[in-house]
Amino acid sequence: MKLDSVCIVGAGAIGSLYAGHLARVCDVSVLARRPEHAWALEQDGLRVTGRNGDFKQRVRATHAVREIGQPDLVIVATKATGVETAASALAGCFEGVPVMTVQNGLGAEEIVAAHGDWPLVSAVTFMSGTRHSDTHVEYILDTPTWLGPYRGMSDEDVQSIADLLVAAGLKAEALPDLRPAQWSKLIFNATVNAVAALTGLSHDPHFAAEDRPDDLGRLVHGLVDEGKRVAAAAGVELHDDPWEMNVLATQRGSAHYPSMLEDVDARRPTEVDLITGALVREAERHGVEAPLHRAMWALVQGREASYA
Amino acid sequence: MRICIVGCGAVGSLFAANLAQLDDVEVWAYDLSQPHVDAINRDGLRLSGAGEVVGRLRATSDAAELPACDFGIVATKAMHTEPAISATAHAFADGAVATVQNGIGNEETLARHVQRVVRGTTFPAGRIVEPGHVQWDVKGDTTIGPFEPQPARMDEVERLADACTRAGMPTQALADARGAQWRKVIFNAATNPVGALTRLTHGRVCEREPLRRLVTGLVDEGKAVAGAQAIELDADPEELIDHAAKPEVAYDHKSSMLQDVEAGRPTEVDWLNGGIVRFGAEHGVPTPLNAAVWALVKGLEASWA
Repeated sequence: MKLDSVCIVGAGAIGSLYAGHLARVCDVSVLARRPEHAWALEQDGLRVTGRNGDFKQRVRATHAVREIGQPDLVIVATKATGVETAASALAGCFEGVPVMTVQNGLGAEEIVAAHGDWPLVSAVTFMSGTRHSDTHVEYILDTPTWLGPYRGMSDEDVQSIADLLVAAGLKAEALPDLRPAQWSKLIFNATVNAVAALTGLSHDPHFAAEDRPDDLGRLVHGLVDEGKRVAAAAGVELHDDPWEMNVLATQRGSAHYPSMLEDVDARRPTEVDLITGALVREAERHGVEAPLHRAMWALVQGREASYA
Repeated sequence: MRICIVGCGAVGSLFAANLAQLDDVEVWAYDLSQPHVDAINRDGLRLSGAGEVVGRLRATSDAAELPACDFGIVATKAMHTEPAISATAHAFADGAVATVQNGIGNEETLARHVQRVVRGTTFPAGRIVEPGHVQWDVKGDTTIGPFEPQPARMDEVERLADACTRAGMPTQALADARGAQWRKVIFNAATNPVGALTRLTHGRVCEREPLRRLVTGLVDEGKAVAGAQAIELDADPEELIDHAAKPEVAYDHKSSMLQDVEAGRPTEVDWLNGGIVRFGAEHGVPTPLNAAVWALVKGLEASWA
């Protein structure tokens, strides 16, 4: 599979991390939502600091999809809430080009599939970054991207994409079936992001403490167990245990600031409907109860309603 | 009869100033706020709003000054019960001590320091405007009864209720005062943390179906824990919740826990949801939703540290 050029859709922290790194090994064009963001990237290039040192790469950038030549791969790196808009902008373009989704939650692949018959790659990413400006992103957590075939892709093609990400300096792993990894992350995010958003706590050791009856880790554990019951009912065997992922993450020293907490602090809409909501919808579909996640969903939605 | 109000904040002041109107009652107040104590001793304790009252009483921040009292009425925030009663217990060596605080578990704390304890629940509310002056926002009833494991005598409970009622604070003495207490605890535990975690007023919580459903889930757990103790609630918390959501009642009310959260103060969640979880565990009743919101509010408090 030829991978000489990649188009990144969405230039938030995750999109910028892919763009800046991939530009070291292939041609990169960025499709940004705001024209001034595209303009700034064209003018100044994209600076990446953090885990992989400090480097700057030239990228092509535009807010108009028609200005982008046919790439070998498209990575949709918007927030889950932005996939519908991004996919409808791609409709009618890039025939036959594989499209990879990396969103939190479930269902991004289906949304993209509804807008065209591109081959599709499913992915989830655990890496994280902080956007310092339109043209500067800091690489914070160098945790991997996991990817697997979704529609019309061979395992070899998916492996080529993983190899490209690794060559660019990122961590990546190709899996024959992404669902076990995607569900591990879904349960992890539904739990950690919602708890962080409601308590205002970064992902710190409170999330793993279970000694006292009011310790937060007990709730975190309860949410994880409930999520695992939903996965089991859906016939998904998890790739990693979300509770162990949680405990490990809290032992890393510097506490991660989850995006849902970031959204609540900035009084922005969160991804809760696509993360916790997705898990609750799966529970309903498979006839299992998920009262704790349902409560978290209602509380975060209520918090969003309080902005107005 | 000599009565000492322990914790002379808004609710304590309503009892103190009103009781001071009675000729047969000598009122003392113990409070840690020196400006409040000084203002009360200088100008009296003034209430305005639902009633205009000036009470003449003795206030002190030094528990050693308290004489022997027939009754104590503890009205501190729940997290201050332990230090307040351990400082003042000597004054109640021959007396009975009532709590009119929020939540459950305060009686148990009092019982570790004094012999005869009175369970109590009160609905009047107010706020301190300035030292020595309290705005009386809401009138309401008080229910008191012997605390079963370490009870005050029923004649004592009736004497205290009679004094409060004559003073303009309608108070009922019941052999079993748990029904009123648990009704209020279940109401508060179901609504306060939801308001605090979402930052929504009571009415806005209730008009969102998923949140209203969560409130019902919290109420149901509380009812099950009360039921396991054979407590008969004196009213259905669900009806009170819907009543309070009406625009003319308390639609725009921010729960006291939300006010605490907005001010970055510790909340009373340990005595509301924490109390329901603890009593649930003792009686084998699962309370996962109360445990969840308890942990979330404690997490929120930890985030300020």
